[in-house]
Amino acid sequence: MGEKQKKSDDTPKLSRRTFIKSVGFSSVGVAAVRGEGMVGQLQKAGILEKDKILGPGKIQVSFQVNGKVVPASIEPRTMLVEAIRDHLVLTGTKIGCNRGACGACTVILDGKAIASCMTLALDAIGKSIETIEGLEESKEKLHPIQTSFIEHDAMQCGFCTSGMIMSSKHLLDKTNSPSDREIKEAVSGNLCRCGTYPHVFSAIKTAAKKMK
Amino acid sequence: MPRDEKLYVGINKDLKEITVTIPDADPKPWDGKDDLKHVGKRVTRIDGTYKTTGRAKYTYDIKVPGMIYGKIIRSPYPAAMVKKIDMAQAKKLPGVRAIIPAKDELPFPVRFAGQDVVAIAADTEHLLEEAAKLIKIEYEQKSFTVDLEEAKNEGSPPVYFDSDDEDRKKNLRSPNISPEDATPDEIDEILSSSDHKVEATYRTQVQTHCPMETHGVIAKWDEGKITIWASTQGTFTVRNQVADHFDVPKSDVRVITKYMGGGFGSKLKADTYTMLAVKLSRESGKPVRLMLSRKEDHLTTGNRPDSVQMISIGATNEGIITGIKLKSYGTGGVAGGAGTSGPAQNIYDVEKKYIEEANVYTNAGPSAPFRAPGHPQGTFALEQTIDDLALKIGMDPLEFRIKNTMSDEVRQAEYKIGAEKFGWAKRNRKAGADKGVIKSGVGMANSIWYYIYATGSHVSLRINDDGSVHLRNGVQDIGGGIVTPMAAIVAEELGLEPKNVKVTIGDTEFGLGPTSGGSQTTAGLTPAVRNAAWSAKQRLLNMAAELMEVEKNNVRLQSGGVFQVVDSEKKMTWKEVTAEIGERYGGQLTVTGDRNEDYYESGRWKISGVQFAEVAVDTETGKIGVKRILAVHDCGRPMNRLTIENQVNGGIIQGVSYALYENRILDRNTGIMVNPNLESYKIAGAQEVPMIETHLIDLNLGQSSTGAAGIGEPATIPTAAAIANAVYHALGVRIRELPMTPAVVLNALGKI
Repeated sequence: MGEKQKKSDDTPKLSRRTFIKSVGFSSVGVAAVRGEGMVGQLQKAGILEKDKILGPGKIQVSFQVNGKVVPASIEPRTMLVEAIRDHLVLTGTKIGCNRGACGACTVILDGKAIASCMTLALDAIGKSIETIEGLEESKEKLHPIQTSFIEHDAMQCGFCTSGMIMSSKHLLDKTNSPSDREIKEAVSGNLCRCGTYPHVFSAIKTAAKKMK
Repeated sequence: MPRDEKLYVGINKDLKEITVTIPDADPKPWDGKDDLKHVGKRVTRIDGTYKTTGRAKYTYDIKVPGMIYGKIIRSPYPAAMVKKIDMAQAKKLPGVRAIIPAKDELPFPVRFAGQDVVAIAADTEHLLEEAAKLIKIEYEQKSFTVDLEEAKNEGSPPVYFDSDDEDRKKNLRSPNISPEDATPDEIDEILSSSDHKVEATYRTQVQTHCPMETHGVIAKWDEGKITIWASTQGTFTVRNQVADHFDVPKSDVRVITKYMGGGFGSKLKADTYTMLAVKLSRESGKPVRLMLSRKEDHLTTGNRPDSVQMISIGATNEGIITGIKLKSYGTGGVAGGAGTSGPAQNIYDVEKKYIEEANVYTNAGPSAPFRAPGHPQGTFALEQTIDDLALKIGMDPLEFRIKNTMSDEVRQAEYKIGAEKFGWAKRNRKAGADKGVIKSGVGMANSIWYYIYATGSHVSLRINDDGSVHLRNGVQDIGGGIVTPMAAIVAEELGLEPKNVKVTIGDTEFGLGPTSGGSQTTAGLTPAVRNAAWSAKQRLLNMAAELMEVEKNNVRLQSGGVFQVVDSEKKMTWKEVTAEIGERYGGQLTVTGDRNEDYYESGRWKISGVQFAEVAVDTETGKIGVKRILAVHDCGRPMNRLTIENQVNGGIIQGVSYALYENRILDRNTGIMVNPNLESYKIAGAQEVPMIETHLIDLNLGQSSTGAAGIGEPATIPTAAAIANAVYHALGVRIRELPMTPAVVLNALGKI
């Protein structure tokens, strides 16, 4: 977390139990598994105090996205992809299936490539979020993965491209000499209905060379 | 005055000279001797930066001021009458802006699970969910059928149960029989008296399109003026259909599609969701965003019909095909044709054919054109039968094909390149020869598609007095990347770089552009672009000649935009000449270009193609792995080899996916699709991609100023059939059913 969340007296606060109630049955699994971590993060961020109710109305939070701290007013049930697209207005991240099967919503959260449609926005508080918009240094200077994708024509309709690039970035953040197998594995969660994969594989190889 | 031009036309470098009459306003068509700088090379997408940075705004991403959200409540039942819709509670919910039944009058029928019943608009998406729960719909359920075999029988529940017409109540539609073909008796006689005959029945599954961006629109009604941001592959089609539906002038409807996330044939029309979104906007007074969910996309926006094909083919001892008989039926759900006969009708030089095709209605979502409608299905049956027949005669399957397609010179060239690059001659001629558990095999298949283009495309090209160049047309980019050859063609004519040409598309306020269906975008649009660029060049040459005080014919526009006087040191730069546009044209020179009829009938009405496949089949698990596909295709004069290669890869991967994985499954007891998502509706992903090698034929005919033809559809047609033939070669057992899952393979091997 880059900056400490500013406290305000009228901001509703959340207890773990009421939070789970408020987000409904479908999210209980997620909250129960990750609850401790999230509660801890929310407490650290100053959003959550014991025995206070948070939601279903909007609460003030802030996200650390692409190196900047951005405030947002969201309902606790908001998924990370909704927060990114609708509240932070970063529409490069897409939704293809809304259930973690296609990878169009891939972002990097604290160094891990994740499906943002399967992650509660509150789970991302206090963590670093990287989206496609954070890759380029400037409008004139794109990231090597982006330039490689253009050179190899690793896109057709382009709707999966953001997610594909984020998965590639996650791979190349770990290694700059990936094997063919590692490359295939890295993007195996990203569905491209146009079938651009062969060009994606070669783009990732070129990007790896550029990043050495 | 029209003029005669000598052109060098033919396949690759095998050229002959012809004379073609060209209208005065058109350039000499590019021919086999023109080596161009950008066109036909590997040009990177001019909008690549937008797509790789997330800056490309799809319909899904667009936010219009004041925009609210729409949703359609759909029938959970496969057949019912909607008796009553109680909207009172939902209307009271604050933030709900409009609720509109799908039909004006109650009761109305629904014929498939997922059909639209009521549309709602509300301030937020979460609110829509709450409002939906408050709407009470009373259905009277009817009997239904989602099973192809059951549906075609007399007495099955009629899909059009409410019709007064007894004929319309029949699910099995009377078959189409092509009148110029042989009679049934004639074909049976030919086949039974042939030296060799094979016959078999093939079955293929229903495949859904699954574009990554689901279908949807943002609709804005403003006192009878309608603006629609649509994820469509036909901006003008949507405009025309909406104008027609709401009885407003076409000029009052504007459709905008700057970027769209795939369609594959399912986004060719406006569809009911578009009309409902417009109505919601009219009622609420606000722009309404209505994007479908992935489930709705599977259920309602189209599919490739299934098929049952009974095919028999005869041949002489010498390997000449004597006749083809094909009887097929399939279901496109509640609408759409399931014909599969294109390949059987058009690939082989066979005079005697009998084709009978029937459609069967079932209580399933309507089909839609899907990347070469009917052709992957038809090819799967035809090309396996051809292999079987070759085997029976004792001929090499490739040799047998060569012998029976002599009229198609392009295809002959494709066989030659394909066989050589693939190493066809080295294959073991015996099927099922591998000893181990994992058996490998190779196979091949032909494809056919058609040269399709529409006339009327109209582009406008502006050259400003600062030298900047801007090309505009209303066409959408389905993903093939049409904007890049558009820029490359202008750059080619004007001696510029493609990146110097700004291209704006996706708006019906601009000139007519082609619908991206039938693989016709490039063939339909690029000649208009070249004609405009050539006209602009003539004007600029005139200006340069006058400025330099020389004859126009003595000035050449060269690379770098240099206007060079022949045999002289005299020249002017692009900047210098275009600066004169300020003086002469008030700052902007605008020219237009049109797509008219082809200059002559080249006789080339088709697009051929051949693919070779190598597979490894695990005989213990039944799993088929596709190791390699080698594809040879023609698409007229190739416009951009980089994007064509990408599209061919995509066609092949979709073909692999169709061959091995995809299958829409409807539960016969409930009529509901059990896999309306992207995890249990399995689509080939990165791990399933084979090694792909593509070779393109350069086919220059000079029929239009660019000579382009299509590639999108051809590339997916033969893949499943080539894989199936390779599987036979591996196992010595033929699989006549798609998808070729492990269970199907093990069943064919007699192991389960």
